[in-house]
Amino acid sequence: MPVLFPLVVSSLLFSIGVYIVLARRHAILVLMGVELMLNAVNLNLVAFDAFWHDRLDAGQSLSLFVIAIAAAEIGLGLAIVLLVFRTHQHISLERLRELADRDEPQGREPEPVRGQGGAAAL
Amino acid sequence: MTLVDALFCLLGVMAVGSALLVALSSNLVHCALWLVVTLGALAGLYLLLAAEFVAWVQVLIYVGAVVVLLLFALMLTRAPIGTLGDLNATNRAVATLVATATGAVLVTTFAAGFRGAHLEIRGADIGSARSLGATIFGSWALPFEVLSLLLLAALVGAIVLSRHQEPR
Repeated sequence: MPVLFPLVVSSLLFSIGVYIVLARRHAILVLMGVELMLNAVNLNLVAFDAFWHDRLDAGQSLSLFVIAIAAAEIGLGLAIVLLVFRTHQHISLERLRELADRDEPQGREPEPVRGQGGAAAL
Repeated sequence: MTLVDALFCLLGVMAVGSALLVALSSNLVHCALWLVVTLGALAGLYLLLAAEFVAWVQVLIYVGAVVVLLLFALMLTRAPIGTLGDLNATNRAVATLVATATGAVLVTTFAAGFRGAHLEIRGADIGSARSLGATIFGSWALPFEVLSLLLLAALVGAIVLSRHQEPR
C-alpha cells in the first residue's frame, strides 16, 4: 500500500484533535482531543516502523511508551478536572479565568471559590 | 488495490469520520462513544500495519480503560445526558482556521516527501508480544524504567489531587 495512506489518516486525526482542543470548552472534551492527537502520532510511529522494516522495532516500542504516558496524562488530567469541578461547580474552560494572563474585563467579578475550601488549601 | 489496501481505506475513513463526529457532536456522551469507534478503528489499522501487540494494547488501554475513565468523569461532573447547546467556545472560526492550516501543512509535507513510496507489509516481521518484549527489555530497558517512575509519580499525583480535604 502507498505509505501516504497512514500518513494522511494520521495528519487528519491530528488536525481534528487540534480543532477539538481549540474549539471546545468542556474540559473533558479537550482531554479527548489530546488523546486523538496522541493516537495520530502513534499511527505515524507504527507506519514508519513498518515502512523502514525496523529491526529494533523502535516505532512500535515508542508507541507503547506514548500509550503509557497518555494513560498517566489522562489520569492526572481527570483528577485535575474533578478538583476544579469540586471547587467551582463547573468545568467550562471559558469561565475559568483565575489563571488567565490578562486583566479581567470591566464589570465582571471573578468566580467565587466555593466547595470545601480545597483550592485554598492546595 | 489489494484487500489490505481496501480494508485500510475503510478503517481510515471510519477513524476520521468518527473523530469528526467527536469534534462536532453536541452530546457529551455521544462524543465519548464516537471516540470508542475512532480508537477501535485505529487498533484495526495497527493490525493491518503488522503491529499486533500495539493493537491489543490499544484495545486494552484506550478502548478499555481511558474511555471508561472519561465516562466516569462525565458522570462525576454531572454532565447532562441530553444535548448541550453551548459546547463550543467563542473562538470557533480561529480554531477551524488553525486546524485546517495544520492539516494542510502536514498533508502537503507528507505528500511532498513520500509520494510514490511503497509500504511492503508482506515481508514485515509481526510485532508480537515476544519480539516486542525482547526489544523493550533489551534495547529500551532504561526508558522503560524511567517510564515506571513516571507512572508512579502520576499515581501519587492523582491520589493527592483527588483526596478530599479535611476541614480545619
